[in-house]
Amino acid sequence: MPAETPHNARRHWMAVLARAAADELAAGLAAHGGVPVYQCLRGPESGLVMVRGRAGGGGAPFNLGEMTVTRCTVRTADGQIGHAYVRGRDARQAELAAALDALLQDPVRGAALHAGVIVRLAAEQAAGRSETARKAAATKVQFFAMRNMRAA
Amino acid sequence: MTERPLDVTLPGFADPVGQAQACFRAVLDAMARPGTLVRAGEGLVPPAPLDPATGAVLLSLVDHDTPLWLDPGMQPARDWIAFHCGAGFANQPVCASFVLAQKLPDLTRLSPGTHEQPETAATLILQVDSLTDGARYRLRGPGLRTFGMLSARGLPDDFAAIWQRNRAGFPLGVDLVLCAGTTLAALPRSVTVERVT
Repeated sequence: MPAETPHNARRHWMAVLARAAADELAAGLAAHGGVPVYQCLRGPESGLVMVRGRAGGGGAPFNLGEMTVTRCTVRTADGQIGHAYVRGRDARQAELAAALDALLQDPVRGAALHAGVIVRLAAEQAAGRSETARKAAATKVQFFAMRNMRAA
Repeated sequence: MTERPLDVTLPGFADPVGQAQACFRAVLDAMARPGTLVRAGEGLVPPAPLDPATGAVLLSLVDHDTPLWLDPGMQPARDWIAFHCGAGFANQPVCASFVLAQKLPDLTRLSPGTHEQPETAATLILQVDSLTDGARYRLRGPGLRTFGMLSARGLPDDFAAIWQRNRAGFPLGVDLVLCAGTTLAALPRSVTVERVT
């Protein structure tokens, strides 16, 4: 587990925000003081990014394919700057995620917002992932028979 | 690795594609008809010391593939340029594809291109005080049937001689985009400049 630096904390909440739907973000904001006053510095705008991979995590890098990404950068009236990069073309999601990123850096509102929105969204996303993993695990094939035959 | 966060307070183009295309077209027209004043950057509010036309030219032309060198006077705008253009910065003027300045730098220190690839020469984006008054120059060269006129305040007194030396190396040499307020004019390396008043 990496040390809990401000950098890592922000990386975590940005990842959680990027996976949350626009409606979830809007509901979270509405429950914690509403949408702040902000100005869009850039976007929201959609584009393509090349996703790269390495075979086995250590091989030569190759281009896996392109994916659509929407990004947005906002600046709140208090001067906090929030960034968001989200998968797909949902401009509203990117804008709300950027606004939340800016608010989460706010020394006054940040902590309450983190406890009320990020922790809950992270738990929901983890539950969703483990549900998918559980369903996938049920279909896993164990090749006991073949291994035993070879050994014989 | 922790980098200093960029200090950006102002947005770029409201309509990035449309406005960048319009500004690109304005630069093309200005290059094709040296000395002609064209409008660029209306509605854009770049940070000091950039004028709207200068900011628009940067947003339209500069990106991560084109290293930019900043005159020390332009450093306050560095973060805005880095954020909105995604620009890489050159440490030496000679390495730069684009040079942004408020005072005419030594043109011999900028990249003039190579004979195999003269198009790799640097483009100097120079912000001047005015393009409607100041010293008057008569221009001749491709794109001008007889001659063109350019007024500029903020160029050095011996600009015509400096430009003559830049012109002498043709097809190598630096291209110049002059910006002031919301207007710009261009001097491609093919033009000759003669001071009138």
